[in-house]
Amino acid sequence: MSKLTVNNLSCQRGYNLLFENLSFNLSPGEVLRISGPNGSGKTSLLKIISGLNSSESGSITYNQSEVSSEKYQLETLYLGHYAPLSSELSCIENLEYLTNLSTDIAFPNLHKALQAVGLTNYENELAGNLSAGQKRRVALSLLFISQSKVWLLDEPFTSLDSDGIKIIESQIEKHRLEGGVCILTTHQDCNIKNLKEISL
Amino acid sequence: MNIFLKTLARDLKMAFRNPSSFLNPLMFFVISISLFPIAISPDAETLSNLAPGIIWVITMLSVLLSLNSLFHYDYDNGVLEQAVTSHQSLSLILFAKTTAHWILTGLPIILLSPLLGMALFLEPNSIYILMLTLCLATPCLSLIGSIGASLVVSIKNSGMLLSLLILPLYIPILIFATSAVSQSQFGLPINGQFYFLGFILIVSLMTASFVSALALKISME
Repeated sequence: MSKLTVNNLSCQRGYNLLFENLSFNLSPGEVLRISGPNGSGKTSLLKIISGLNSSESGSITYNQSEVSSEKYQLETLYLGHYAPLSSELSCIENLEYLTNLSTDIAFPNLHKALQAVGLTNYENELAGNLSAGQKRRVALSLLFISQSKVWLLDEPFTSLDSDGIKIIESQIEKHRLEGGVCILTTHQDCNIKNLKEISL
Repeated sequence: MNIFLKTLARDLKMAFRNPSSFLNPLMFFVISISLFPIAISPDAETLSNLAPGIIWVITMLSVLLSLNSLFHYDYDNGVLEQAVTSHQSLSLILFAKTTAHWILTGLPIILLSPLLGMALFLEPNSIYILMLTLCLATPCLSLIGSIGASLVVSIKNSGMLLSLLILPLYIPILIFATSAVSQSQFGLPINGQFYFLGFILIVSLMTASFVSALALKISME
């Protein structure tokens, strides 16, 4: 069974030991919320699991694939603090490029994904003209395209209104029911079933 | 290969929608070179002797000027994070970005060089050699520069540091390129210089993107 295994992970930034010997397993259909005060290492943990940063010790595997493997990278989708959009490109162009980076789907339905996050008729709008919440929605529309099994979402609800939060929560719920795994950090209450929680 | 073309097309599209990003170094190139006849001497012989050095030094400075923004913008907006965590080859993505950089800076410099060569009284044969050296060496400037740009991507206002890192690596290119153009003015053989420039280009093409990808991963830690 495909399982995300985090084993004895330790992380140090500068002189600060953020966490040590952190271990957990996530089975298909489980969602993990990482909580903790500012600077406790939530983003660092997500970055380590995504393969963006390295840890001082420990190992991470998904379905026996190591973090550095191409298979692991294809199985994980990481969305960081900022919406990774270029202001000179339109919503659809940004989404198309992000889809190329994060999936191997040949013909993704980009328009449908933008519609799903409430951005109908914004396809050709330049990202530079969007509000922070709308930019966030464009980035999160990747969740409606991605076939990755492991979602790593850093503060996904930041800048979103209540409708936006509901849309993303229901998409995470759908992903969970399809056997996916999600790890998210948020300071807001979230309405997701089968939610596990660890505090740093 | 698909991601190479998509990244190249994306970067070119972004540059043409914000032309100042690539026009500024080109303007610098044209304006600086055209100031030399005013500042030094309008004498044809003096200028034609100095022309190879002038054009090549200004070319390097123009490329350096544009290198700072090679990865900074995508680092700031988080696109590079997506590239690093992507299943696609990071080296190929960075190679595409470097190719776009060369198309936007190196290629226009090559195309403008005959005009500026004439302004500095270079002979037609020397202009031809100058263009050949630029064709061989401007891709090297972009490729070697991409390594430095990757290393300093997370540092704010890193222009000076980037120059200190990269300029020493540019010196061999400067020596061989200017010496090829200068020697051609006196009808001396220039095969050796071209072999060296070709060698540097091949080594840069083979290694720069891989080193750049490694450097970027280290910078993003």
